[in-house]
Amino acid sequence: MSKPLRFLPLALLALLVAGLVWRLATPGNSNVSSKMDGQPVPVFNLAAAVPGIPGLASSDLAGGQPHLVNFFASWCVPCATEAGVLAQLKGRGVAIDGIAIRDRPDDVARFLARYGDPYERIGSDTRSQVQIALGSSGVPESFVVDGRGIIRYQHIGPIDADEVPMILARLGQAK
Amino acid sequence: MRRAILLVALLVAVPAFADSNMPPAYWADRQLPDARQEVQAEALMDQIRCLVCQGQSIADSDAELAGDMRDLVRRRIAAGESPGSIRAWLIARYGSWISYRPTSEPSALPLWLVPLALLLAGGTLLLRRVAVRRRK
Repeated sequence: MSKPLRFLPLALLALLVAGLVWRLATPGNSNVSSKMDGQPVPVFNLAAAVPGIPGLASSDLAGGQPHLVNFFASWCVPCATEAGVLAQLKGRGVAIDGIAIRDRPDDVARFLARYGDPYERIGSDTRSQVQIALGSSGVPESFVVDGRGIIRYQHIGPIDADEVPMILARLGQAK
Repeated sequence: MRRAILLVALLVAVPAFADSNMPPAYWADRQLPDARQEVQAEALMDQIRCLVCQGQSIADSDAELAGDMRDLVRRRIAAGESPGSIRAWLIARYGSWISYRPTSEPSALPLWLVPLALLLAGGTLLLRRVAVRRRK
């Protein structure tokens, strides 16, 4: 065996270790992004999550006005922190619809009473079926849907206060 | 005293579970009455990746979303949909990432070619060694 070739296994090992150390130090993004971007919202019809606020159907999202569809849950801690930002967006005239994941009417009502209610409609998705149909994988998550009911943007995780201008811009583009 | 307080604190500490208060979906942990359909559903569930515990299949995962996906798979199989069509429906939403079955997309080509290349390299190495020994 030639001399340089003798060090090939060692070089391969060094390469492997370097790769492992690099990935341990900077773990990759494990978010699963929806492939429904640019697709129409799948047909669904969800019953009201709380008495007094209407439920949500896919036909409500194709009325000519862009919507922000927010997946949330009363048992979801980041959703509570996001509530203030949603109120801010509502103040800017954004039409926000909610989809409550695996939730009970009493719990949703208590959540809204405590953290505020920015929603025009709230559908109850007790088996996460609409969540899966939209390619969403957790709470909170928000989708920008344009006036024709086409999905234009998916936001994974809570919307931060400094992301409000970006969300407003996405909604502006979705008209 | 301080040690005792710490010990008590450790004992009562409960991790913050990000789970709902709802029971699992009806078909999440219940077999379909039709055994043939249940076999189909289980074979598919073994090959669909859980979105929460990303190293597990939805058949293995205890995450609530995995339970809801098992419920979805069983309902659709019971309604007469083919496993292939359910897999395609999920891939349209989450990408080929969601399925454990390797595809024939160009990005998956190394997966098919690397084992062949390794086999070829190993084979030639072995043949050369055998040839050298024979000459001795």
